Amino acid sequence: MWREHELERRHDVVIIGGGIHGLATAYYLARNHGITDVAVLDKGYLGGGGSGRNTAILRSNYLTPEGVAFYDRSLELYRGLAADLNFNVMFSRRGHLTLAHSDASLRTMRWRAEVNKASGVDSEVIDADDVRRLVPLMDTSDRARYPILGALHHPPGGIIRHDAVVWGYARAADSLGVHLHQDTEVTGIDVAHGRVSGVRTTRGDIAAPVVVNATAGWSSLVAAMAGVRLPVQTFPLQAAVTEPVKPFLRPVVVSGTLHVYVSQTARGELVFGASVDPFASYSTRGSLEFTEGLAAHVLQLMPSLHRLRLLRQWAGLCDMTPDFAPIMGPTDVEGFLVDVGWGTYGFKAGPVSGEAMAACIATGTPPELIAPFGLERFARGDLMGEKGAAAVGH
Amino acid sequence: MLRVPCPWCGPRDATEFGYVGEPRRRPDPATTTPEEWRTYLYERSNVAGWTTERWYHRMGCRRYILVERDTVTNETRPAR
Repeated sequence: MWREHELERRHDVVIIGGGIHGLATAYYLARNHGITDVAVLDKGYLGGGGSGRNTAILRSNYLTPEGVAFYDRSLELYRGLAADLNFNVMFSRRGHLTLAHSDASLRTMRWRAEVNKASGVDSEVIDADDVRRLVPLMDTSDRARYPILGALHHPPGGIIRHDAVVWGYARAADSLGVHLHQDTEVTGIDVAHGRVSGVRTTRGDIAAPVVVNATAGWSSLVAAMAGVRLPVQTFPLQAAVTEPVKPFLRPVVVSGTLHVYVSQTARGELVFGASVDPFASYSTRGSLEFTEGLAAHVLQLMPSLHRLRLLRQWAGLCDMTPDFAPIMGPTDVEGFLVDVGWGTYGFKAGPVSGEAMAACIATGTPPELIAPFGLERFARGDLMGEKGAAAVGH
Repeated sequence: MLRVPCPWCGPRDATEFGYVGEPRRRPDPATTTPEEWRTYLYERSNVAGWTTERWYHRMGCRRYILVERDTVTNETRPAR
């Protein structure tokens, strides 16, 4: 898949974090801008963090025009990714349903649908009967604890094989000359006179004029090595998967009220996700409280699943920002860039983030698509407000 | 699961509590600068390791308490 290398003493660009964001950045740097003297460092294995722990859902039905434009470009890249990387990433267009259980959330769905349509993104509010036609097993009766009043239907949404996306990007970046280093933890970032000069790692030092922080979970700790403070708090997010059953669930189903989202993989397993744990932590241990709550919520949506067994559960770390939008672009330290604060929505943004960060590095200025996500927005008091679409809806 | 040592009720399950987070000093609104205020609003130290934080015992004594917790292992101990 990719080659192993000795650690070189200098590179043009060092990317910290070998997940989808870091690998995509490396790939687009090499492919779009001809910058191939790039090293990607990961303290564990490639795709072992958020990239391998998410629930692999893709969609672009966001609430702010900036968010919609950004995620729609990502979906476009995902759709062509298998051909682009010559690697089967198993993208499956399923349609995406965000359920509304209250008048207030129905109103937000209508708002989102209109914002989406104005940006050319296919989204429509549908009623409970339409929901039942799409998912016959769903309890759409008015006797449910949280009756389903309707849903935001987003036909282009779908799922993908997240490991394949990591491997595809890694293989493609490697073939263009990028060095990928696993088991290589960054222990320090050298900054002199307000400029980054390199990184120190457990395998030696690398001098580099450009260092990119593309980590999740540890993004604030890595940024602190360069003296950059991030408005980020790390929360675990748990997910679980059932035993495989025959295909019965075509769309991805999300309920913000019940804090749950469900999709069925090509193998027939149901993948469940939820909202982040109720307190900040760096621990990725699963909890019984989570599985209990999850099962209760899933059964409220689809009571007939009560005999389905869970195979396993896991947790990933989410770097939450105050406005549920990422932090991308330059920092006060020259040459030190961030692509962090990806909360619970980083996977679906991987390709476009890589493309935009690569352009940002090559040209020295953030492209228009990511300009609203700069770190300086917090000091300016100019927050994004994406909570209505990014909080649980994955 | 996590047990939170409440100084009034003893160690109790974390589900009884609301998580507040790291205690911060609110700047005086009359004299603060916008930058200072936004730092207070948005920045957190996000410590990996032992840290002191505030929890609210909503299903117990309904008091705000201080607890020490290792955010990597989720081990807790009473705040000193």
